[in-house]
Amino acid sequence: MDFKGSDTLPGPRTEDRLPHTAQAAVKIVIVGGFGVGKTTMVGSVSEIRPLTTEETMTQAGVGVDDNYGSETKTATTVAMDFGRISITEQLVLYLFGTPGQERFWFLWNGLFEGALGAVVLVDTRRLEVSFDVMGRLEERGVPFVVAVNTFPDAPHYPVAELRTALDLPEDIPIVECDVRRRASSRDVLMTLMRFLHSLAMSGALT
Amino acid sequence: MTPPQRQRRQPKQQPLAPPPAKEGEGPNPERLYVIGGEAGDRAALDLVTLIVARADPAPCATPEQEALIRLCAGPLSVAELSAYLDLPFSMVTVLLTELLTERLVQARAPIVRQEIPDRNLLEAVMHGLQRL
Repeated sequence: MDFKGSDTLPGPRTEDRLPHTAQAAVKIVIVGGFGVGKTTMVGSVSEIRPLTTEETMTQAGVGVDDNYGSETKTATTVAMDFGRISITEQLVLYLFGTPGQERFWFLWNGLFEGALGAVVLVDTRRLEVSFDVMGRLEERGVPFVVAVNTFPDAPHYPVAELRTALDLPEDIPIVECDVRRRASSRDVLMTLMRFLHSLAMSGALT
Repeated sequence: MTPPQRQRRQPKQQPLAPPPAKEGEGPNPERLYVIGGEAGDRAALDLVTLIVARADPAPCATPEQEALIRLCAGPLSVAELSAYLDLPFSMVTVLLTELLTERLVQARAPIVRQEIPDRNLLEAVMHGLQRL
């Protein structure tokens, strides 16, 4: 496991390499507030140890970002953790855990526009933190499901009550999960995929 | 105890990416174009565009170029390149633009969400996840 040896170039461990047959990739974005469990979720389902891509936001970004305004103009480093799941020999899925604040999203070209869909990870102790994210996704037309990461000391609301509070239509799935568990995180991703599939099916009928 | 209340929003104009040409077929990757602008010319690279080296690094390559080319002896996403090299995504795209122009690497464009989703693609992803 000497993948960080000082005399070697940085790079993937042998088992983290992709086969040469890999032709294309898709991505899913996991979005939520600080500490809600995005990185834990990425790590629990990823076949590689989670990696981090960073971007520096400087004053150059001000003109691009509508919401910047009141912030200071010093450089900010924004980090995004991600993981990977090989779907077939040709197709790879990447999962990005993304900060909830929209002002960071432009840093990565097409982060949401190209994504198959998004998982909004929420913590019922701070439900309102996720409100803006959901609104932004709705405005951008990005399909999403809501996953409630069940922290032991968090209030438990019935799904119907959550749906009302989140003002979500009936067809958008709301699921509970424990993102530390691989199977649970996998089930969240499956819920998103089934939802996207149902959207595709209903689209085909109209 | 009742939870706080949110209000739903409506989609603005759809900023969907244009439908790409049929991908993952044939030996030619989708053409990458250089976009002009004040920030300099930059190839349109996504976080999950897969990059593969076409040639060994030239003796005159910069250390960053050489590291990039060696890293993508096999396909790797731009995000992975950024992580392994510990360089910002934007800087990696600048370096890759040079390498693409010099045809030292090739890019395999990602499959992006489309207005009419590809059911076969969604089903493939579901099957892949079920095996986890």
